[in-house]
Amino acid sequence: MQVIESGNVAAALGVKLARARVIAAYPITPQTPLTEKLSEYIESGEMDAEYIPVESEHSALAVCIAAASTGARAFTATSANGLLYMHEQIHWAAGARLPLVMCVVNRGVGAPWTVWNDHQDSISQRDTGWIQLYANDHQQIIDTVLKAFLLAEEVMVPVMVCYDGYLLSHTYMPFDVPDSSLTDRFLPPYNPAYSLDPKRPANLNTVTLPDVRPDIRGDMAHGYMEIRYLLHKSMLDAIPALKKIDERFASVFGRGGAPFIEPYLCEDAEYVAVSLGSLSYHLRDVVDMLRGEGIKAGVMSVHLYRPFPAEIIAQALSSCRGVIIFEKALSYGYQGALTSDIKSALYRHTQDSSARPSIVNYILGLGGREIATHHLYEAFKSSCSPDGMKGEETRWIGLKF
Amino acid sequence: MERECIEIRWHGRGGQGAITAAKIVAKAMFAAGYTGVAMIPTFGTERRGAPVFTSLKVSKDKIFDLSPTTRPDIVVVLDYLLLEEVDVASGLKKDGLIVINSPRQPANYSFNGRKIAVADVTDLSVRAGLPAGVVNSGIIGAFAKAAHFVAMDGLTSAIEEEFSGRRPKENARAALLCYENTIIGGPR
Repeated sequence: MQVIESGNVAAALGVKLARARVIAAYPITPQTPLTEKLSEYIESGEMDAEYIPVESEHSALAVCIAAASTGARAFTATSANGLLYMHEQIHWAAGARLPLVMCVVNRGVGAPWTVWNDHQDSISQRDTGWIQLYANDHQQIIDTVLKAFLLAEEVMVPVMVCYDGYLLSHTYMPFDVPDSSLTDRFLPPYNPAYSLDPKRPANLNTVTLPDVRPDIRGDMAHGYMEIRYLLHKSMLDAIPALKKIDERFASVFGRGGAPFIEPYLCEDAEYVAVSLGSLSYHLRDVVDMLRGEGIKAGVMSVHLYRPFPAEIIAQALSSCRGVIIFEKALSYGYQGALTSDIKSALYRHTQDSSARPSIVNYILGLGGREIATHHLYEAFKSSCSPDGMKGEETRWIGLKF
Repeated sequence: MERECIEIRWHGRGGQGAITAAKIVAKAMFAAGYTGVAMIPTFGTERRGAPVFTSLKVSKDKIFDLSPTTRPDIVVVLDYLLLEEVDVASGLKKDGLIVINSPRQPANYSFNGRKIAVADVTDLSVRAGLPAGVVNSGIIGAFAKAAHFVAMDGLTSAIEEEFSGRRPKENARAALLCYENTIIGGPR
C-alpha cells in the first residue's frame, strides 16, 4: 500500500511489521515521533509487544539487552546525546552477541546544544561492533528495518539503521508499506539457539580471562580475545549475509539490488561523489547538472558502513580520476571518517598506485547548516579537474566567518 | 538539467496545522499522478503561535533535494497577520501566486505584480461548522481555486480521510465554501 508519511512513521511501520516484542526507548528529538508511534500501535492492540518506559537511554538499551537475552525480538531508537548516553551498553550488546535493531535518527552532538541533523552521533559509534546501515529515503527506511532484523539474527550482531533527522524523519514522502503476509514470509519469528530461562539459570558474560581455559564441564572455553575475534569474523560474514538477504527481499517485494552501495551514473564517471544518507540522493541533482555541462560525474551512496565493504567500494571507484567525499561528520584533527575508510580501501585494493584516484573531502551541514544545491554544485564542479583535486584535502562548505 | 518541480511554501503559526494542510495537498497530488512528492517542514525552536513554514515540492519525478524551497511558485499564508512578521513572499517567482487567509480584498495587497488570491477562511470555516480558529482545511479550498493543480473532489476526499474522527464533513465543507468564496486579484 502506498502512503505519504514521515520517515519516523516509515521506521515505526517497519518495526511493527517485523513483530518486535519488546520496545524500550527514551524520547529525544528528532527520534521521538518514532517511539510515540510504536507506543500508539501497542496501546491500540495493532502491535503485540511490551512497551517498557525507562528513565534514560542507558536503561532503554539495558532493557533491550535483557529482553533479547531471553529470546525476544527487541527494538530501540535514539539520537545524538541519547545515543552517546547508551555508549557503554552499545559495546555490551555487541559483545553479548544480541541481535538488536536500533534506529539512529541522526542529529548533531552537543556541546553546543543542537537538535538538527548531521552524522557525528552514529559515526562516533563506528567501532562498537554494531552493523551500521544508512537509508536515503523512506522506502529504504522501512525496507532496511525489516532486513536489519533478519541480518542481526543471522550473524548475531546488533544493527543500527541510521537515517537523517528532520530531512528524513520529519519529511513526508510516498513509500510502499508491504503487506504483513509478505513480511511474515520474509522475516520468520526469532528462535535463538540459546536464551535465558529461570529454569536453567546461567551467568552470562562474566569476567573472562585473557587466556583460554577449561570451563565447568572441562571443555576448553574461549578467552576474551577469541570472543572478540569471533565478533569481528561475524561482522565480515554480515557482508555475504546481507547480499543474500537483499536478494531474498527482492524476490518477495521486488525492491533491492544495492545492498552495499548505490551508484548513480558512476559507470563511465571520471569524478565520483560519495556520501551517506539523504545527501547522497541530493547529489544526484548536482550530477545531472554537471552531466548537462558535459562533465562525467557520478555519485555513490554508501548504504553499509560497518562492516565496511572495502573491496566493493574500491572496485567501484578504482577507474575514476577523482573521488569527492561529502561528509556531515569528522574525526577532529584529521578528516571525515568515511574519507579515511575509502582511502584505506583504495590503498589495499588497487594494486597500481599510479592509477589510484585523487581524493577530496568536503565537510558540510554540521548541526543542520543548510545544504543548498548550489553549494554542492560549486564544490563538486570546482573539484572536477586535476587542478581542482590539488590543495587542501579536507575542505569546509558554507562556513561564515 | 533541473527537474521540473512545483514548489509551494506554506506559512502558518505553530499549532495551526500548516503541515497537515500541506500533507493533504501532497496526498491529493500524489493520487493525481505526481509520483515525486516531498513535504519538508522547517523546524526551528518555535512554540505554539510562532511563525512556522513548510515546503511542498511536487514533480513527475522523485524529489532528491530535501532543502527548504527558496524559489516557490506558490505561497500559502494561513494567517494574514503573519504578513507583518514574516517576509512570506521571499523568493516567490515573478509569475508566482500568493494565497492568503484574510478578511481583506486582494486590492489591499501588493506583491510586485504577483497574482493574489484571498479568502476569509477564518470566518468561512466557522460557517462550515468548525470551531473558531480551524483554518487548515479551508485554506486548501482557496489554494485549489487559485492554483488549479488538483481537482476539488480529490482534495475533499483527502480532507475527509485526514480528519477522520475529527469533523471530516465540516472540514470538507469548509474547503468547498472557501473554494467558492476565493477572490482572485490579477497582477497590477
